[in-house]
This record gives sequence, structure tokens and C-alpha cells, in this order.
Amino acid sequence: MTSKTIKVNYLARVEGEGGLSVKIKGNQVTDLQLNIFEPPRFFEAFLRGRRYDEAPDITARICGICPVAYQMSATHAMENAFGVTVGGPLRALRRLLYCGEWIESHTLHIYLLHAPDFLGFPDAIHMAKAHPGVLERGLQLKKIGNQIVSLVGGREIHPINVKVGGFYKAPTKAELYTLYEPLQWAMDAARETVRWVAALPFPALERDYEFVALRHSDEYPFNEGRLVSSHGMDIAIADYEEHFVEEHVPYSNALHSRLKQRGAYLVGPLARYSLNFDRLTPAAQEAARAAGLAEVCRNPFKSIVVRSVELLYACEEALRIIRAYEYPDVAAEAIQPHAGIGHGLTEAPRGILYHRYCIDDQGVITEAKIVPPTSQNQKAIEADLRELIGKNVDLARQPLTWLCEQAIRNYDPCISCATHFLKLQIEPG
Amino acid sequence: MGNAYRGDDAVGLRIAQHLGAQVHPCFPVVVHHGDGLALIELWQDKETVFVVDAAHSGAPPGTIYRFEAHREPIPARLFHYSTHAIGLPGAIELSRALHRLPSRLVVYGIEGCTFQSGAGLSEEVEVAAQEVAARVNREAGLAAEE
Repeated sequence: MTSKTIKVNYLARVEGEGGLSVKIKGNQVTDLQLNIFEPPRFFEAFLRGRRYDEAPDITARICGICPVAYQMSATHAMENAFGVTVGGPLRALRRLLYCGEWIESHTLHIYLLHAPDFLGFPDAIHMAKAHPGVLERGLQLKKIGNQIVSLVGGREIHPINVKVGGFYKAPTKAELYTLYEPLQWAMDAARETVRWVAALPFPALERDYEFVALRHSDEYPFNEGRLVSSHGMDIAIADYEEHFVEEHVPYSNALHSRLKQRGAYLVGPLARYSLNFDRLTPAAQEAARAAGLAEVCRNPFKSIVVRSVELLYACEEALRIIRAYEYPDVAAEAIQPHAGIGHGLTEAPRGILYHRYCIDDQGVITEAKIVPPTSQNQKAIEADLRELIGKNVDLARQPLTWLCEQAIRNYDPCISCATHFLKLQIEPG
Repeated sequence: MGNAYRGDDAVGLRIAQHLGAQVHPCFPVVVHHGDGLALIELWQDKETVFVVDAAHSGAPPGTIYRFEAHREPIPARLFHYSTHAIGLPGAIELSRALHRLPSRLVVYGIEGCTFQSGAGLSEEVEVAAQEVAARVNREAGLAAEE
């Protein structure tokens, strides 16, 4: 019986440092490990002893791609601890800020990190030489996302305008309207993005995921809602740790998260979309249908199409918020810190991001827990790879290598905000 | 470009400090976080641009490199530390593919020796920073007169 080993020393076009190691005997994958060797970063420990109002800015430093998600989960957790609800224009501004981050992050992944896989290019630079107009569209879309984050968040990387209770300074309606025309262009560009990615060649793979995402009574989810799953889970955010647990595995510096009852689950665009199709706007639903997507999507390679649908939704939602915006009476609700425990969970571009803080009576953090989306998806990534390799075990080394990398990048994994590199080797066993 | 909290990675920021008071008026000094896509936006419609950043290749600390990136790619092995999806070498090549490079893009790299969190600039890199600031200032002055 033949055997072979696939070894990916460094994953490229992902955020952070990780690799992949696979052992195959005959047609069976006997061992598969997604290795995350980026050193632990100890943010939860850094937060102990810091004031509650420092958490949004400290946790935003965890990631340069999705700092808004960290700020949103942190502020919601603190407000949950102190019994404060943020509504009206401040709530709308939070959604607008999240639209900006989704546009930035999804565009980066669709155009620069993932599309080269489908078109056979080693990277975006080679793709740009063959498809300059496509890359120009992607760069322009990302710039508009940056502009939203910059205007609402104070700067485009690691925004500084978010605070517990709201914002340090609220933009005027006139300021927001400077984004209106660019966003109208972005709507058309996002529609074109959906059409473009729908025509890419998708490897065949249908997975029986348990999808997990936020679900809100009348919105596609960003900041609020109940946590639901395709297997019937429907819980309040505060009950997250009753249903999910994190475990250490010897080959990864990132904890693996699993459902206590059922194990692996999936978070991110595929889960959000499949659990919230009816909450998309008619335009986004129409674009999805025209792209050949059903209301539930189980092919992880089609996550690039789902991201594009969410990109269109984010552009449309941003326009709606700008039209309806009224300058708020105050930039932030008053906060009276007291001892308590707060939970926050919001939809980062890559999936749900959970925060829990224990606060003492002086408003100082005594304990912090943060569960990012990539930690939650590690088991699902490994399960995808097992099935994919099992079905394609007869492929030659290079195409199998390519397929494995592409499958990992389906998740837009954010191992950290660090750099990327990939060297992959398949060796005879 | 650089990270103020990572030892010699901050050399670009130190050079910006030196230049802040003396660079030619035609050349504003911009401190940048290093995201390649944002760099493209920043330099795409400029005539002449100087970029200064830390390098790391194993050469003696303080070694100064100078590249004319509008003519050919810069060696990626010198500038491989980036916290962004597209770093400096990638931004240059993406700009070249999209015809967004400045007419003249000069990249100065300064070899660092320590990139640890919380470390300051090493002595050799401090000296090199002054030298590069003087060179950029001189080159900027000549470019402004052209």
C-alpha cells in the first residue's frame, strides 16, 4: 500500500504563520494537522488590570484586517456588563463602521488573496498583469471601505474613534454624504464582482456543516442578535460558554473551539448567509440567485461568491444608513462602571468573535476571554481537507498541493495580523 | 515606514524625524504604517518618491541599500517582514503591473539587527539613519531642481 506525506511549512496569502501536515496511506488520510506555530500573543492576560474603556483599543491591535470587529465585540461586552444599550444614530454608525470593515476585508480576500487560486496565478501580482482592470476594480472597492472606516473610525487601520457607549466624535450628515457617490459606484462594482466570481471554476465539495452565526429579528447580522445554528441551537450571547469549549491541541498555538455536544462547526460568510438569506436585501438575494447560489451553500470553495454577495449587501446597507442618518444628541451614552460580567459577540468578516470580561467595582478588568473566528473554524478546515484529499488522492503532487492551499484560503484564515508565506512539500512516505 | 515598538524596524520613522525639519519643501514627509495597498494609493500620482524602511538579510547592522524600484524589482528577501497582506516589494510590483508606479521610486533599506518588542534602535542603525536622512535630503533637493 502506498503512502505519502504532504507538508506545508508556511501558508501563504493567509494572515499569520501556519502550516499543514498530512499523512496518507492508500486512499485514506491517516493524520492531518493544521499547524499554527505563530507564538501565543497573551492579549487576554494584557487586559487584566486595565480599565474597561481601554479594551476596545487594546483588542483592536489583535488584527490589522478586522480591528473594528474587536472594537465592536469589546464595546458590546462592556455595555452588557454595565446595562447600557446604544440605539438610534450611534447604533447605525456602528453598523456603518462594520460595513466599511466588511468591504475592506472581503475585497482584499476576494481580489488579492483568493481569486488567484481559481485562475491559476501564484499571486495577485501575476493576476494583475493578466487582468489589470479586475485588480483596479478591487483596489477601488477596498479604498471605499477604507474611507468609511477612516471617516467613522478616525483612521483606516486600527480606528481610534470607538468608545464604550458610542464614539468620541460623531460625523455630521454632510461628512457621511462624501461617501455617498463612491458607494453608489461600489454597489455596481460589487454586483459586477458577484457576476465575475460566479464564473470561476469551483472544485466539487459539499460538506455537512453545522453553521453557526448571529441572527437578528430584521437585519443581516453585524452586532446583535441571538446565536443560532443549522442544527437547532438558538441561544443568548451570554450562554455561549455553556455550549462551546476551547481545547489545546499539541500541534497548534491556537486553541481549537468545538460545540460541547456535537464537535466541529462552521462560522463566517457561508454560515451567516445560509442562516440569514432571508435577511439580505432583495438586491443581494437577486445577485446571489443570478450567481447560481441556493439559499444554503455547503461548498466551501463558493465562499468567494458568498463574500461577494455580502460585499454587495455591505455597500447597500452603508448607503441606507447614510441616507437615514441624523446627527446624534450625544456622541456616546454615559457609562457608570460597576462590578459585573459582560458578553459581546459580533460578526467579524471571518465569522463570530466572542468576548467576555469580568469587571471589578472600580471598572478594572479582572478576567478576559476572546474567541476569534479562525480558532472556531480550525476543526472545520481540517475536516474539509480530510474529505478533499480523500477524494483527490490520485492527483499529482502539484495540483493536490494547490487544492489544499486553495481549500485553506476558502476560510480567509486570520492566524494573526502577521505576515504570510507558503512552502508546501509532498514527499513519498 | 516602520513599527515604533519593534527595535530597528523603527528606523524609517527615525529618518522621518530627521527629515521633518530639513527636507525640501517639494517633498512632504509621510509616516506610513506599511500596508502595501495604501502605499499604492499614496504614491501612484507622484513624480518622485523616496521610501525608507528597515531591511533584514544578515548583513552587518547599519548597512545601507539603495534601489531604483521604478527600474526593477527590489529584492524581496531584504524586506520580508510585514504585518500586512501586501508588503513593500508586493506593492511595488502590483503598482508596476497596474502602471501606477511613480516616474521615480527610490527605496532606501537599512539593515537592522534587533526587531524585538520594546527594543530601541541599535547604535549602528542610529548612525545609518542620519546618513540616509542626509542622502535623501540631498537627492530630494537635486530632484526638485530638475
